[in-house]
Amino acid sequence: MSDIPEHLLRRSAEAKAKALGIPVEQVLAEMTGEAAPTPMDIGEQPKVETVAAAEPASPAAEPASEPVTPSQESAPMAQPTAASADAGALEDIDYDAAAAKAGMPASLLKRSVEAKAKASGGSPAGVLAEMLGEEAPAAPPAAATPPAAELAPVAVVTEAVAEVVEIPIAEPAAAASVAAEPPAASRSGGATAVAARPLAQPEAVPEGVRTQRLLTVVKANAIQQVKSEPTDKVSTWPHLMIMEFAALLAVTAVLVVLSVILQAPLLESANFNATPNPSKAPWYFLGLQELLSYFDPQIAGVTVPTIIGLVGFMAIPYVDRNPSTKPSDRKFAIFMFTFFMMGAATLTIFGVLFRGPGFNFTYPWADGIFFDDLKDWVDF
Amino acid sequence: MANGIIEKVKERATSIWEKVHGSEVAESILRPGSPFKKGYSDTPRNRSYVIMNNVLYHLHPVKVKRHGVRLSYTLCLGGISFFLFILLTITGIFLMFYYAPTAEAAYSDVAALSTSVAFGSLVRNMHRWGAHFMVLSVFLHMSRVFYHGAYKPPREFNWVVGVILLLLTLLLSFTGYLLPWDQLALWAVTVGTNMAGFVPVFGDQVKFLLLGSVEVTADTILRWYVLHVLFFPFIIVIFMAVHFWRVRKDGGISGPL
Repeated sequence: MSDIPEHLLRRSAEAKAKALGIPVEQVLAEMTGEAAPTPMDIGEQPKVETVAAAEPASPAAEPASEPVTPSQESAPMAQPTAASADAGALEDIDYDAAAAKAGMPASLLKRSVEAKAKASGGSPAGVLAEMLGEEAPAAPPAAATPPAAELAPVAVVTEAVAEVVEIPIAEPAAAASVAAEPPAASRSGGATAVAARPLAQPEAVPEGVRTQRLLTVVKANAIQQVKSEPTDKVSTWPHLMIMEFAALLAVTAVLVVLSVILQAPLLESANFNATPNPSKAPWYFLGLQELLSYFDPQIAGVTVPTIIGLVGFMAIPYVDRNPSTKPSDRKFAIFMFTFFMMGAATLTIFGVLFRGPGFNFTYPWADGIFFDDLKDWVDF
Repeated sequence: MANGIIEKVKERATSIWEKVHGSEVAESILRPGSPFKKGYSDTPRNRSYVIMNNVLYHLHPVKVKRHGVRLSYTLCLGGISFFLFILLTITGIFLMFYYAPTAEAAYSDVAALSTSVAFGSLVRNMHRWGAHFMVLSVFLHMSRVFYHGAYKPPREFNWVVGVILLLLTLLLSFTGYLLPWDQLALWAVTVGTNMAGFVPVFGDQVKFLLLGSVEVTADTILRWYVLHVLFFPFIIVIFMAVHFWRVRKDGGISGPL
């Protein structure tokens, strides 16, 4: 207890005191372990979180004491059809009394009754009587089996909560078995939960009255619907890894053999005064250099590489909206790509092989190849 | 007699290996399912563990489509590009030991690699041809991705990253081109950077930024050296990490699994 900050303890105690109608000092003493807990304290533990979840917004702190509004009193009279003896006089729809019996705030009970009456087309009084009376026989077994209620699936969560809530009111002893935590550990937690939703007086609750309302019904469908055809798969290890390893070895082998056979070019030392003729860029830029001999540098040196080469290529997935990957469906895309690739390859080959001194056109078989980068490949 | 000694040595060696292989250190190094772990058996569970319990899980899922593994389908071009990058890094580090990026030393250092450094010639050749191969394999990788329509949703952005990687590959290759400081390097770079000078409005500034001068000079060599060995590798590794991550997240090799 000592590790809880003072202000939190204080707030918790105040809320609990307000809910239970006992002095703050007494609650504080209980919480710090100086006094024996009030009997209710143990009974409240099971609904630490469930109550807050079921009815998060019920600031009507004083249970069963809300004044009935005039509109309620002018509600149509109902015939007391199946009203049980302990349901009392229902003709004037005394929501306060009914709420006291149902163990829930009058405002909630009224709303629930009215909504149900509207939905079923009956009178509020009849509905109230039904709620208070008809369900009475079903209650004892429900209250007697709290563990089963806890295990209920999502769809009945609100119901389970309600039953757990009822337990401490009806029979505190049975509820104690539901408590998951030891009393000392959850004492302060119990206090905050009480603050969220105060309880009615224990003696005012008739048996079998449901104090919950239905929040939602979750259908028994999966949230994610996976629709994939079963495909023929193999383990990455070893099937894919062995392929990759083979590729890796093959590349290394080719590279080593090539490097043993072919010497990388190293011409004479750089000389600013001796411009070689022709001067050629690396082969992957030779297509551009070739373009430069046809077009203005603004076009060949800038527009083509940046607009077509970079922006154009990056934009391909956003321009090509055809969802199909079948070659027969994307003839235009394939044609365009092939066209540009062939164009680039042609220009590059032209630049490498067919350009001689002064970057003039030459036939490689007549005048030789003017490309020092691959000198040894050519002279091999 | 001799056979007996050999038997004994073999026995001792086996028992030592057993102890080392089963030791706490070996157990801690090899994660469960490693094929090198003691007592590994070729079960479907262990096959999954090899990938799942491993850094490889960043690159590959546990299972892949059977048709995606066919050699004629995958060609492994992306993997080869990555492997060439690693090879180039290794050979490049070797070359850095023998190379000073100054106008006085650069050429003689490269020349000395071929004559007075053990395996110097081989490593330099591997670096140079490997660089050409990498440009080629990245380009082919891009072409194959296009022809398979593999850039289509959800992989649009990974295509964009791929184009950036191609550009970075070209820049890496081009910055390395100058470093031997021979006639070929000097004038190829002069031609290449002249193209950069045609950038509209601030072409001269771009060229100056690239060269550290108005023309290719001795200053350019240091600048391109730093770009080549540090800056562009740093950038390309970041983009590769994103690229590989997106390959996994966008559905792995050859379509969503």
